[in-house]
Amino acid sequence: MTALETDPAPAAPPPPAPPVVSLRGVAKSFGAVRALRGASLDLYAGEAHALVGENGAGKSTLIKILAGLYRPDAGIVELGGAPVAFGDTAAAMDAGIAVIYQEPALFGDLSVAENLFIGRQPKGRFGLIDRAAMHRDAAALFDRLGVPIDPDRPAKGLSIADQQLVEIAKAISRDARVLVMDEPTAALSGVEVERLFGVVRALREDGAAVLFISHRFDEVEALCQRVTVMRDGAHVSTDLLADVTVEELVRRMVGRELGAMFPKQEVEPGAPVLEVAGLTREGLCRDVSFTVRAGEIVALAGLVGAGRSEVVQAVFGIAPRDAGKVTVDGRELPAGSPRAAMRAGVALVPEDRRQQGLLLDLSVMRNATITRRNRLSRFGFLVGGAERRAAADWSARLNVKFGDLADAAGTLSGGNQQKVVLAKWLATDPKVLIVDEPTRGIDVGTKAEVHRLLSSLAAEGVAVLMVSSELLEVLGMADRVLVMREGRIAGELARDEATEESVMVLATGAA
Amino acid sequence: MTALAKARTGSAGLDLVLRFRALGLVVALAVLVGVTTALNPRFLSAQSVRDLLFAAAVTLLLACGMTVVVLTRGIDLSVGSVLGLSAYVTGSALSATGMGTPLALLLGLAVGAACGALNGAVIHFGRVPPLVATLGMLYVLRGVVYFIAGGSRINASDLPRGFLDFGSGHVLGVPYLFAVSVLVLAAVAVFLGRYRAGRDLYALGSNPEAARLAGVPAGRRLMTAYVLSGALAGLGGVLYAARFGTVDASAGYGMELDVVAAVVVGGVAIFGGSGTALGAGLGALLLTVIDNALPVLRIDQFWQQAIVGALILAAIALDRLVSVRAARALRTKGSHVD
Repeated sequence: MTALETDPAPAAPPPPAPPVVSLRGVAKSFGAVRALRGASLDLYAGEAHALVGENGAGKSTLIKILAGLYRPDAGIVELGGAPVAFGDTAAAMDAGIAVIYQEPALFGDLSVAENLFIGRQPKGRFGLIDRAAMHRDAAALFDRLGVPIDPDRPAKGLSIADQQLVEIAKAISRDARVLVMDEPTAALSGVEVERLFGVVRALREDGAAVLFISHRFDEVEALCQRVTVMRDGAHVSTDLLADVTVEELVRRMVGRELGAMFPKQEVEPGAPVLEVAGLTREGLCRDVSFTVRAGEIVALAGLVGAGRSEVVQAVFGIAPRDAGKVTVDGRELPAGSPRAAMRAGVALVPEDRRQQGLLLDLSVMRNATITRRNRLSRFGFLVGGAERRAAADWSARLNVKFGDLADAAGTLSGGNQQKVVLAKWLATDPKVLIVDEPTRGIDVGTKAEVHRLLSSLAAEGVAVLMVSSELLEVLGMADRVLVMREGRIAGELARDEATEESVMVLATGAA
Repeated sequence: MTALAKARTGSAGLDLVLRFRALGLVVALAVLVGVTTALNPRFLSAQSVRDLLFAAAVTLLLACGMTVVVLTRGIDLSVGSVLGLSAYVTGSALSATGMGTPLALLLGLAVGAACGALNGAVIHFGRVPPLVATLGMLYVLRGVVYFIAGGSRINASDLPRGFLDFGSGHVLGVPYLFAVSVLVLAAVAVFLGRYRAGRDLYALGSNPEAARLAGVPAGRRLMTAYVLSGALAGLGGVLYAARFGTVDASAGYGMELDVVAAVVVGGVAIFGGSGTALGAGLGALLLTVIDNALPVLRIDQFWQQAIVGALILAAIALDRLVSVRAARALRTKGSHVD
C-alpha cells in the first residue's frame, strides 16, 4: 500500500461546540441476535471520527440507524441537540446525513448528473427537468472536488473510486452536515485513496462531521482526529487519536477471554494432503500458497473481504482460478471443476448455507444424500431404502433434530441445517474438509457440537481447512493460522504464537 | 480517467448502436417500406398507409403504457383483458346512453385506471411478482368480460354516429385514432424523460436497492406505472370499439404479447432501467409494417411470427451483449490487488 501523507491539521482539543450527531445507548436486535447493545457516539463539526471494531462488532448496524434504514429498539439519536427518529432514508438525507456505503449504490442506466440529483432535479418551466441546469450544477460540483468526471456519461462502467466520488458529490450537493463512510477504501488503490482523502479533508475543513469506518489503521491515522472502538455491539472507548496507540486499539477491539470451550484434540499431523501453490484470482487474491496435512486443522483468518472465501472457492473449483496449482495427495486438480475435487476427496461446507449449502424445499433425507446420489442408486434410480438408511445414519451421528426425514430442510433451525450440510459432505468420506464460517448464526450449544465434530474428524486423519471470522474459534480450533489481508497471506502463526492481538495485527496491517 | 470516461461498453460500435437505437428502428422501417414499395408501388398508396396507421394505433398506445411498467422491471400481461373490458363497458354505455365521444374516452380511461390500480396494489402491497399478478388479472378480467357480455355483442348499429365517425375519420390522411396514440406517446415520452417522477421509474428499474437508499418513493411510483398502463389499455379499448364498431367478449384477446414484443423490439430493456417510449412506438410500428408487408411481398403468413420472434431474440441478445461488454470493461479496470 502507498504510504499516506500524515494529516496537515493535527488533532484539536475537544471542541467546545456541542456535537452535531449524538447517539446514546442505542440498541438493536434482529430476532435473537443483539447487533447493538448500548452503542454511543458523538460527531463534531469539522472533525473526522474513526469507528473501529472486529467483524460483527455492530458498526454497520450503527450506520444503518444513522442512515434511516433501521429504527433503534432503544436509545437516543440526537441531531444538533434535538432528538430525531428517521422513518426512512429520505428523512435522514433531508436532515443532512449522507452515507457512502462500501458498495456504491448508483443507477447504472442513468447519467452521472441524474445520479447526483435523482428526485430533486432542477426544474424549469412547467415543472420540466432543466437538463442544462442539472449538467451545469453537476459539472460545478466535480470542479469543486477537482475530479474530471463527465456528468453526461452513464454511471455504468465507472470505476469503484469514481463511483465513490459521485456519492461524495451527491452528499455535498445535499449540503450534508454529516458524512458517513463505510470502508470506502476497501476497493481502492493507493492513488485513489489519496484523492478520496483530499476531498474528504477539504469537506472536513468546511465544517462537515465525518464518520470513517476502516480496518486500515494507517488510513485512520491519516484522516481522523478521534477514534471510537466498538465490540460486541457496545461502545468500548473514545479517544483523541493522538492519545492512543494502534496496539492499544487492537487490544480493545478483541479484548475477550479465550474460553476453554474448544475441545481441541492433540493430533500428530501426518503427510501433506492438500497443497495450494501460487493461487491467484484477478482482483480477489494473489499468490496464495499453503499446505494442510492429514489430521491438521488450519484456519484462514482475516477481515471480511480479505479474500478467504474466494480462496477456498477456487480450491474446490466452484470459482475459476487465473493461476496456481492445487494438489490433493500429490495429484493436481483441474481448475474450475468441483466434480474433480469431490472425486479427489475434497468437501466444501459453504459460508451461506441457505443459498449454497441446502436445497431448502427438499427433504432432509434428499439433502443429506445428494452428494452420493450416484453411489446410492441402481441403474440410475435412487433406491429409497438405501437413501433413507444412509440419511438416518448420518443424522444420528451428528445429532440432527428433525421431525421426519421427509420434512423440508428449510423447516429446521439454523444449527440443525448446518448439521445437515455437514452430514451431506461427511457422508462422502472426505480426505480434505473445507468449512467456510462453520458456526455462523448458530447457537452456542450447536457450535460446541460442530467444534467437537471437526476436532474428532481431524483426529481420524482428515485435513481440515477452516475459514472463520470468529477469532475465538480460530484460536481455539486451529493448529496453524493463516492470516489473509487484501487478497494475500499476510502471515502464518503456529498454535502457540497465535493470539487475538497477533492475528489482528496481521489482519489489519497495523504493525 | 479520460480514457475511462470514453469507454462505456468497451466498444465504440456498440455505443453507436445503443445511442442510435431509435435510428436503427427508423432505418429498418425505411428499408422494409422501400423494398416493399419497389415490389408493389401500391403499398404506399394513401389508402394502404391509412390502413396501416389504423392497425398500428392501438398497439402503439398500449406499448406506451407497457414501456412505463417494463422500465420498473415489471410487466403488465393484463392489458389485453383490460382493453376487452373497457371496450365492452364503453360500448354498452354508448349504446345505452348515446353519450359523446369525449365522455366515452374518459370512461375507458377510468375503467382501465381502476384495473391498473388493482394490479399495482396486488404487486406493491401483496408483494406478488408483476408477472404473476398481471397474469392472474389477465384471466380474472377476461372472465369478468365474459360474465358481463354473455354471448351477446355490441354492433355498429347500436353505437352513436359521431363515435363511429371518430373511429373511421382522418385528417390529412392520418386517422384520428392514430393521432390520439401519437399525442399520448408524446406525453408519455415527456413524462419519462423530463419529469422527476418519470426519472424515478428509471432509477427503480436500474437499481431498486439504490433507489431505496436514495429515498425514491417506490410504492407510489409503481402505483403510477400500473395505473398508467391500465388507463392506456382502457383508452385502447375505446379506440378498438371505435375502429371496429363491433365488440364482443373476446376483444383484445392475446394482445398483451404483441405489445410486449413491440416494447422489447423497440429497445426497452426487459430487465428495466433503460428504453424510451419513442423506441417502443417505433417497435409497434415496425411490427405492424411487417404484418402488412408480408402479404404484399408474397411471403407466407406463417413466416410472420417467426420473423417477429427473431426480432425479439435479436433485441434481447443486443442488450445482453452490451451489459456483458460493460461488465468486462469494468472488471479489467477494477482490479485493485497490486
